[in-house]
Formats: sequence, C-alpha cells, structure tokens
Amino acid sequence: MPEALDTSAKKLPAGEPATVPVPVDAKAEKTRSLWSDAWHDLRRSPMFVISAVLIVLLLVMAAFPGLFTGASPRDADLSNHYLGAPNWSHFFQADWLGYDGQGRSIWARMVHGARASIIVSVGVTALVTILGTLVGVLAGYFGGWLDAILFRLTDVFSGIPFMLGAMVVLTTFAERTVWVVVLALAFLGWTTIARVARGSVITIKQADYVTAAKALGASTSRILFRHILPNAIAPVIVVATIALGGYIAAEATLSYLGIGLAEPTVSWGIDVSAGKDQLRNAPHVLMMPSVMVSITVLAFLMFGEAVRNALDPKMR
Amino acid sequence: MTIIDNTSAVPAPRADDGNSAPLLEVRDLHVEFHTRDGVARAVNGVNYTVDAGETLAVLGESGSGKSVTAQAIMGILDMPPGRIPQGEILFRGQDMLKMSAEDRRKIRGSKIAMIFQDALSSLNPVLTVGYQLGEMFRVHEGLSKKEAKAKAIELMDQVKIPAAAARVNDYPHQFSGGMRQRIMIAMALALEPDLIIADEPTTALDVTVQAQVMDLLAELQREYHMGLILITHDLGVVADVADKIAVMYAGRIVETAPVHELYKRPAHPYTRGLLDSIPRLDQKGQELYAIQGLPPNLLKIPTGCAFNPRCPKAQDICRTDTPPLYDVTERDGGALPGRRSACHFWKEQIHG
Amino acid sequence: MAELGKKDDAVERADATPNTTEVDVVDAAGEDAAVAAIEKPVRRGEPILQVRNLVKHFPLTQGILFKKQVGAVKAVDGVSFDLYQGETLGIVGESGCGKSTVAKLLMTLERATAGEVFYKGQDITKLSGRALKAVRRNIQMVFQDPYTSLNPRMTVGDIIGEPFDIHPEVAPKGDRRRRVQELLDVVGLNPEYINRYPHQFSGGQRQRIGIARGLALNPEIIICDEPVSALDVSVQAQVVNLMEKLQDEFNLSYVFIAHDLSIVRHISDRVGVMYLGKIAEIGTDSEIYDHPTHPYTQALLSAVPVPDPEAREGRERIILTGDVPSPANPPSGCRFRTRCWKAQDKCAEEVPLLAVPERFKGQDTQAAHESACHFAEEKDVVHAA
Repeated sequence: MPEALDTSAKKLPAGEPATVPVPVDAKAEKTRSLWSDAWHDLRRSPMFVISAVLIVLLLVMAAFPGLFTGASPRDADLSNHYLGAPNWSHFFQADWLGYDGQGRSIWARMVHGARASIIVSVGVTALVTILGTLVGVLAGYFGGWLDAILFRLTDVFSGIPFMLGAMVVLTTFAERTVWVVVLALAFLGWTTIARVARGSVITIKQADYVTAAKALGASTSRILFRHILPNAIAPVIVVATIALGGYIAAEATLSYLGIGLAEPTVSWGIDVSAGKDQLRNAPHVLMMPSVMVSITVLAFLMFGEAVRNALDPKMR
Repeated sequence: MTIIDNTSAVPAPRADDGNSAPLLEVRDLHVEFHTRDGVARAVNGVNYTVDAGETLAVLGESGSGKSVTAQAIMGILDMPPGRIPQGEILFRGQDMLKMSAEDRRKIRGSKIAMIFQDALSSLNPVLTVGYQLGEMFRVHEGLSKKEAKAKAIELMDQVKIPAAAARVNDYPHQFSGGMRQRIMIAMALALEPDLIIADEPTTALDVTVQAQVMDLLAELQREYHMGLILITHDLGVVADVADKIAVMYAGRIVETAPVHELYKRPAHPYTRGLLDSIPRLDQKGQELYAIQGLPPNLLKIPTGCAFNPRCPKAQDICRTDTPPLYDVTERDGGALPGRRSACHFWKEQIHG
Repeated sequence: MAELGKKDDAVERADATPNTTEVDVVDAAGEDAAVAAIEKPVRRGEPILQVRNLVKHFPLTQGILFKKQVGAVKAVDGVSFDLYQGETLGIVGESGCGKSTVAKLLMTLERATAGEVFYKGQDITKLSGRALKAVRRNIQMVFQDPYTSLNPRMTVGDIIGEPFDIHPEVAPKGDRRRRVQELLDVVGLNPEYINRYPHQFSGGQRQRIGIARGLALNPEIIICDEPVSALDVSVQAQVVNLMEKLQDEFNLSYVFIAHDLSIVRHISDRVGVMYLGKIAEIGTDSEIYDHPTHPYTQALLSAVPVPDPEAREGRERIILTGDVPSPANPPSGCRFRTRCWKAQDKCAEEVPLLAVPERFKGQDTQAAHESACHFAEEKDVVHAA
C-alpha cells in the first residue's frame, strides 16, 4: 500500500482502511517492499495480464520473426500473388493474410515490421527517460540558477510541436535508419519526463527522511541515489510506459508520410502508406498493418495504465 | 420506535415534532472495509443517542472507529471499500440508511452538518470565502448573488471574524488557521442544522486559538439548541465542553458516562489507562503510566474483550467472552444514569 | 533527574561569552584541532551547547529569473540559551514561533543569518567538511512525523544502519547487522524485524525506529522536534518513557521541542517559551509552570485544556484575542503587545530584554528567572484557586 503520508495519526481511519495501523505480528507477515506490493496488485489486474501477454508476444516477434513465419518480407512474387486475398484457413503461412502490391507476404511483413516499431519505441523511451530524469533531477534537487536555465531550455523544447519538429529534423537526414529516427524523436520528446521528474523530486526532497539523511552527514550522491531517486521514479515510469505507445504511433505516422523509416526497412507505417493506393480493390493491404499498429499502441497504453494504478492506488 | 413511517421520507421539521424520538440514534452500527489483506472491522456494533442541545463527545484513538462512525452518519463513507453490513442510523426516528440518495442529500447540509479537522483542505482554494458561504443559500434557498453575500457577511460576523464585510472577498489561504476553522463553522451553521458533527475541530490549531474556537462552538450550540457530536482524541478538550462521553476502542463503545463522572472514577481499564498516561500540567510526576502494547489490528481483533492483550486486569473470561455494555451502578446498587461499561470487572474497576 | 539547570548559572550567562578556541577551519591543521575539540567529553552539568543571538531570516523574493528581495520572514530573531550536559531543555511555543527553525539551525540544516551556536567551544554555524561531519555524529535528531521521516523504500535494517554507512569508523562492516539488532532491542522492537519496511509498522513503532536511527552513532545531544505529537495518547506515554530511559542509559542531552505544555513539563529540566522568533521566558520547569511572570506564558498555560473538569473550574482562563502576527512584519517593541492585556506605550517603543526582572532581582523566589517583559508579574494559572 502507499506510504501513509498522513501527518496526523489522529484522523487515520478516514476512508482509508489500508492505513489503519496494522501491527506486525511476529511471524505471520513477511517482508513486503512497496515494489512487491505493486507487483502483487499488478498480477491481479486483467488489464495488466492481457497487455503483458500482447507485449511479450510482440517482443518475441521482434527478436525472432522466424518463429512466426518462414516467408521473407522482401520476397516479391508478382506473377503468382499480386494483391492476393487472405486465405484465412492457412494459419501462419505466407499467404494467410494475402499479398501486397508487390506480391510480398503481408503476414511476413507484419511479423518483421514489429522489430522497427519496438526498437524505435523502446529506444526513444529509454533515451527520453535517461535524459529527462537527468534534467529533472538536477533542476529539481539543486534549484536556483541551474533550475532556471534547465527549465527555460525545457520550455523552449516543449514549445516545438512534436510531429512538426520531427518532420523538420528528419528531412535534414538523407539516410533515415532506425537509429536516426530514435535520436530525432528522443531529441524532441524528453521534456515531459523532465517536468514529471522535476516535480516529483521537489516533493520528495522536502520529505523528513531526506532531512534526516542530511542531518546524518550523508553526501549529495547518497541522498540522490538512496533517498530521492527510488522514491521519485514511480511517476516517471508511469509516464514513460504510456509514452511508449505514443512513440509507436509516431514512428508509423512519420513512416507513412515518407519521412520516417524508408525501404528496405520493414515498417508498418510504410505498409499502410503503400496500402492506401489499393484501398478500393484490396483493402486488406491497408487494414492488416493498421490493425497491428492499433493493437500495439493499445497494449502499451493499457500496460502503462495498469502500472500507474499499481504504483499509485490513490488515483483509481 | 420500530415502525418507520415510509410515507414521508424526509423527517418532519422541528416545530411539529411531537414524538419522543431522539434527534439522532445510532443502533448496532457495523462498518467494515474490504482490503487486500482481509476485512477490517472498523465499527462493531455502536449505539449512541444525541438529543437537541446536548453535546456527546466520542473519544478514541486512531483506528477506534470514531471517525468512521461519523462518516457513516453523514453518508460520506467511501463505499466500496467500505460496507455497512448491519445497523440503523435514525434521524428523528427515521433510518437514514434506508432512505434514497436524494432524501439523504437533503438532510445532509441542511439538517446535519459536519466540521472537519483540516479547514484548509475542506475549503475550495480558488473561490472566495464569501462565495463559498453564499453558495449554501443560493443552492438550498435560491437567494440572489447579492442576498447570498449579505448572508455570508452576517454569518462571518456571527462566528466573530473581525471586519467581516471587508474580508468577505478574500480567499481561504488569506486567513489564519483559527479564522479558517471559524469559516468552516459558519458554513456548517449556514442552514441552521439540528445536529453538528465536529471531527477533531481544534486538533490542528494552537492552544490559545483552540480555546477561542471551542468557546465559539459551545456558545453557538447553546444559542441554536443544536445537538453536537464532538469527535476527539483529546481528553482535555472533552472535559471542557461535553455533557456525556462515549469512549471507543476497536470499533466498540467501551464506556459511556456523564463528563464529570468519567474523570472522577472511570469504570473501564482502558479509560483509566488513558487518564493515567497523560502528564499533568500542575505538577511534575514520576514515570508516566503507559498502556502496554499496540492499538488493535482491525483485521484481527482479539477474541473476547478487544482490550484484553493490553489490559493489566485481564482474566481468562476476558479472552473468551466479549463483555456487553453493563449498566454501572453504585456499590449499593443505586442507579448511575448514563453510566455503562463494557468490562467484565467494572465493579472492581470503579469500586475496588 | 539531578538538579541541573542551576539558577545562578542561567542568570550570569547572558553576558558571558563562551571560551572559544579561534580556529580557521579552512586549513587542515585547524580542522584537526576542531575535530579534536569536538571529540573531547564534557562533564555532567557543564554547558554542552551555547546558543548566542541566533538569527534566521528567510528572504521574501519577487520575480522568477531575476529575484529581488522584498522583505524577510524573521523566523528566529535573536535567541540565546544554554544546554547543559545530561539535561532536557524544553522549548514550547505555538506554530510559527520559530521553534522548528531553531531545531534546524542547531542541526546545521539551515545556515544561520547571524549569531553563533557553540558546541564544546566550536561555533558550528561556521564549520564545514570533516569538522562538521564530526559534529553531526554527535548531534542527532528525532522528527515529528513517523510517517515521512523513514524512507519507505528502505528496510528497517538499512534505515538504522545508514548512519554506519555514512560514518564507517563507528562500526566495522561485519559488526553492523548485530549493532542494528541491538538498537532495535534497545528501543523495544523485535530484532527480527530488521528486514521489514516502515509501512509494516504502526506510528509508535515507526517513531521507535526513528529513535534507534538517532542513537546509532552514540550522539551526545538529540534534538527532538515534536517527537510524540503525531502519536496516540496511549502510545505517547510509551515513547516518552523510552526517551527518558535512554537519556539515563546513554547520558544524553535533549532539546525537546513541542507545543504540548504538559509533556514538556513532564520531560524537561528547564523550559524556554518562544513567541514570534524570540524567547519570552526561560527557567526551570517549576519556575515556568508554577511561577510564570510573562503574560504570554500565563495565557498559554491557562489555555491548556486539563483532563479534569473539576480542576478546570477553579482555574482562571486567559483567552487571548486575535492571532499571532506575521513573522514577516512583527510588531515593534515587545512582539506580544498586540495581544497582551497589559500593554502600554512603553511596550511599543522598547524591546524588552530577556533578563531577570528588576523587581525580582536578588530575591529568593522562583519568580526570579529570565522573562522578557517590562511589566513582569507572577501569576499562578495552573493550579486551581
């Protein structure tokens, strides 16, 4: 359960039965950290279980596409399969979901497209979290002129519209590989995390246990890494997981517009773009990669939501 | 008393109240909370009554169920996780737990009002004090903005806020803690309720301000002839204003008594322990008496008397049989009205 | 507890400046000297902490990037007192009187605007580096709120063991777990709880954990900022008794800051009453409680609700009007004059000094203790008439 931040023990029971002092019975109760409490809550949330299964499936797909399909996403066979319709009974075979305009297996392209989406979204999220937390913690903990400078900078970056900025940055690159897209999105996306981290650090640094550590003569790095970060990180994790879904959508959008990833990289966004020309005679070419993007984004949003509920039960 | 007139769900006004039903009667109230670790039994069969013009102090520590009972009366309990498996809350003889949400809402605010411990978080920080006070009149009585403001100033005068007319447009944070608590009282008074429930109304205030606010509350109560339920953990505050006291422990009332009686000769070991554990202002004592052990775990209330693991007088029967609220009498059997104790050994406690 | 706060000492010390060994803490030799001075023991009944004209003003600023000062909150405005080895000095006052800021200044958690705090002759407000760390080992703190003073993500063992991580010279690494379990035992908790987290304990148990952390380094002084006010009545008594037991066992000196006058009387040898950043009155417990001479002390004592309706009826109650003025803009002269029933013109013009009032000087009465009032007068408000 959350820390009982109630300053007055006198009004404890008010609607919060979980904070009623529960004396420890010598043997009955085991060690229970707040993280293990959150994990306990997560396991019981159907939203978490569903989304986690989907995400694991996607991760496996990205790492080992060969497990799902034997067909290559780049083998074009125009003579036999040009715009072939799905054969629903041929589970997981090359022609299961039909063929696209160049006679490539749509199922194979969907499976292989997972890698680009996952690398971009996980990569951007990792970079954004590191950079944003760094800026937020420095600004929040040290305050003063450092805060003033870092936060003017954050304001400048959050003033740039995300998609527009990404387009401008990406058009300056001739060759747009996965890593270029990752860097471009991270460059523009770190401000949200920085804000969340800063706010969280400012709250935590006023807690008595931080004062207590200072009174003991603890070094700044000890205070930051032992006391502030472990307590300030929860909201950052929540925002980062929810943002992850957003980066998948962003990558697909940019690729669709032709300024994200480019062939020969396999990407759902590129496939959606290719499918739009055949919408009338072969709608499945557009539908399949779109469904894939939606499911993936939804899975990460649900995952983020479940994590938020577990880490901060008061928001429910 | 068991026949409930269902034809008019809203209680009759004060004037034509011919029946002898007390203003508020709580009967065998139970409240439990479903948590991950099990069922926390916060209130386990509470009975009390309050009449017009009377002050009942409910005394208890955290987890005793004193605030949860009040929340159940007000109908502001979080449900779920809270649940009221049994009990009745009779307001002028009508069970509020059986009323429709709409009928309860009408009673809440206009007939029963509540004052909370933390005035700052109970007031809306972005609205002026005058607007919040006037809101009651605009919503419940349909007054115009101007009339409502005039009423607000009148109320602020009544709770002795200096320069009320000048301060009516100030925001809550511009007032001191004591003044904010006065505004809360004004808000509770606005519609001249029959009953006020004050949950630790002075706990957050300084001693010198505490006295002012308690005096004000007592004075207004006399003036309006209201019932007052004062919920507190502070034996000192209670001694000043209460008529009768109910001491709660682990969700049950363990002792009731008129105020003077309780302090002079408590009939329950828990009350005795509480009184002894307070240091005195007027003399320097030796080591303080301390009640041993911890407050009870509401998920696992001890069998028999809930206080038995901490009680210096506990016997075998205390560990097996839950003591009922015995009527407490003089040594010779003479009646002691209003005195009850949930201790198997109340006789030894009070007379021995 | 022994008679520690001898009246005569307290009377004389107002103008006595402590013997200081002037050391420049910047150079290493000076730092060594400072550390050596700090390591020296102090005899029972001698002053261990001497506070002189301590001032803390918090600047009020306007503007975001270019701040300019528009005023100051005078949280502490010239406070002087001594703490004797082995005694408990209580400091009482209402919210906003500056008592918690005094605690932070004594802990060097805030930098004083002016004034000195001498710990064994060293002015700790000017120390840094090694010497400051040595001071921190000897002055520890117990906090008010047992819910926020323990890091929720650390086990009890890590919390109580943290002082050893920071000051590794106190306990060798292999010995720490045993030391932590010993400390748990000393404060009355089961040593097997070492791997539990704070939220698995009740408020009173958490406060015991906080006390164990404060004891870990074997300090000489513990500053207690409202250590029992967040606890239930029945648990308060347990913790107060524990603190008294530990004081005898470990020869500790306490500064006990609280708003609850009854508890302060119970635990303190001497008591200082604060109002708006200044000490209004200071003396032994019976001087302050049985023979108060400052009107503010009298009002404060008379307002305390007493859990005894009969004692109450015989007592005089002084109900003050109005609220405590803002420390950003305190009244001129005597700060209490705006709420005082005795106030005269003199009170607005002249700041009353904290000294034994003229009329009681040299008299053998308990009223002869320091009181910052032009019209000091004895009045018993605690006992029923």
